[in-house]
Amino acid sequence: MMTQKKIKSRPNHWGFRESILTFIPGTSVYKTMRAKNARKGVLFIMPLIIGFLVFMAKPLGESLLMSMSNVQMKAGEGYSRVFTGIANYQYAFSVDPYFNQRLVEEIGRMAVNAIATLVLSFVIAVILNQDFKGRALARAIFFLPVILSSGVLPGIESQNEFYNMMQGISDEIANASGINLSASLEELLSVSGIGSGVFDVLFTMIDAIYDIVMASGIQIIVFLSGLQAISPSLYEAADIEGCTAWESFWKITFPIVSPLLLVNCIYTIIDFFMKNDNRVMERINEVMYSQFRFGEAAAMSWIYFGVALLFISVSSFIITRGVRYYED
Amino acid sequence: MKTKNAIPENRRNFWEANRASNGYLLKSVITQKVISFARALLLFGLCFMIIQPLLTRFGTSLMMEKDLYDSTVVLVPRNPTLDNYRIVFELTDFPRSMLNTLWTSLLVSVLQVVSCTLVGYGFARFDFPLKKLWFACVVALIIIPPQTIATALYMNFANFDILGVIKAIKGRTISLHGSIVPYAMMSLTCMGLKNGLYIYMLKQYFTGIPKSLEEAAYVDGCGTMHTFIKIMLPDAMPTITSCFLFSFVWQWTDLFYTRNFLSGMSIYSTQLSSIVSRMNRYFSSDASKPIIVPVGRQQQLISIGVLICCIPLVILYLFAQRTFVESIVMSGSKE
Repeated sequence: MMTQKKIKSRPNHWGFRESILTFIPGTSVYKTMRAKNARKGVLFIMPLIIGFLVFMAKPLGESLLMSMSNVQMKAGEGYSRVFTGIANYQYAFSVDPYFNQRLVEEIGRMAVNAIATLVLSFVIAVILNQDFKGRALARAIFFLPVILSSGVLPGIESQNEFYNMMQGISDEIANASGINLSASLEELLSVSGIGSGVFDVLFTMIDAIYDIVMASGIQIIVFLSGLQAISPSLYEAADIEGCTAWESFWKITFPIVSPLLLVNCIYTIIDFFMKNDNRVMERINEVMYSQFRFGEAAAMSWIYFGVALLFISVSSFIITRGVRYYED
Repeated sequence: MKTKNAIPENRRNFWEANRASNGYLLKSVITQKVISFARALLLFGLCFMIIQPLLTRFGTSLMMEKDLYDSTVVLVPRNPTLDNYRIVFELTDFPRSMLNTLWTSLLVSVLQVVSCTLVGYGFARFDFPLKKLWFACVVALIIIPPQTIATALYMNFANFDILGVIKAIKGRTISLHGSIVPYAMMSLTCMGLKNGLYIYMLKQYFTGIPKSLEEAAYVDGCGTMHTFIKIMLPDAMPTITSCFLFSFVWQWTDLFYTRNFLSGMSIYSTQLSSIVSRMNRYFSSDASKPIIVPVGRQQQLISIGVLICCIPLVILYLFAQRTFVESIVMSGSKE
């Protein structure tokens, strides 16, 4: 009984000696079931191991080194690098006039948008999974954001400086002439004086609804594929037992799809952080390509990754509390 | 008696049934109607919002240039023409760039999905040393934007070598630029565009499948590979299909990797990204002195390029959607 408990408490732990012996034929560990399975697992993830070491680790190391050095481009090819420690990081936080402020702003915007994206995409996925006329068409339309917000497409029409200027002017005209319906509605509601803070958040969400829908294309499909995998017999059984639709949503649909909530949450955060129109990214590019401060730019992007990582780990910590996997 | 007959047959039955159920039937029918109306309203609104810019683009794409400057023409062209499409075809090197895009995207996305499925399964079902570290690498793959490592990768492929083996045989390193080989290698090793995400999705999905399915297969004498292919793959088909779709779409519209690795080939996304400068040259009488094409006209031609880019992807989605639907039947084995 005791030994069983001991094994069960640390089932995933691999000691150093055991890890090595697993891959050496002829040892006592090599022949165990556990070692056999471990070797199979390593074989399965072999592509990743090779790829990461060859195509990722080395460039990444260089970038990290760059963030801690004073980098000067040379006239010919290549660059010189002098190690300066954390000076670049200090620069990003205390010298650069925009970095801090924009970082905080973007984080705030991200928090609101990420939650809105997750909720909206989940609701839409649930709706698209129901049976109604024209479902295939609706699904096809909700797939469009995936296409329209990817790669070359989103930027291509706003690349044009002149076009942007024209658009700005026409927006101004529209605002000045008071045709803006949502703005007047906002005014009306905020005058009524009920919880203006709540309304403010709501208004920013509604104003950004197009962006939110455009950003939730992938999340909808991820949720939808999870919903499709739920066997209809589960609902049938629940129905026979007298479950209402509301109950079976929270007792069946939500728990089964919740692992995907984690994926989507992470994806949403990252997508937001890496967007081209993100102002922190803009600042990094400015520092890199207009001021040629490569080291400082590298430090800024590492700080940025750090923040993203922090958010991801916090949100995944929260979500994993509520996620349940199938357990037999 | 007479009034009762005046009410149509089914209606009378409905009311009678309603009375028999103490008003429950009426209540449920009304709830259902209200729900489906609200659903239709919501869906219509959102769909319209997504579609409207595309419709505008389509409308303008058929206009002759003078319609663009006519403020009385909004969506429906007064002088419809297909000439714009012909111009865009010429500007983007149409059939050739599309075919190139098609086979490269297909190759790359198939390679990516295959390798990511294997890796995802490995993470979901096996326990091995340093598992957490490798999984952290997957998360790193998702988080780190490819821009950070682009330069280093570029240099890497310009003087390509595997641990000095090629140099030892041929006497010098080889350059892999302008060919698809480097990118195919990266795809095969899960280093393509957003591959971390696919691994993550597949891993999550495989973790969610009950272990008893595989155990049953093992007990019946199935090997690991056999179980994986026969039991797990069919069950994960919806997720695999969506990964494939993403991979294909992102590759199709991708500019970054295409520019870096496939610069020698005529690919639609790169053609589209430089369409304005080519347009300026196309409309000038002297190719060496490009003129500036008016903004409205530029936007019109760009929109056509975007539309052409989207159409094959939508068609692909409609086909792939059937796989989604079919896979419900297969996953019915789940309990």
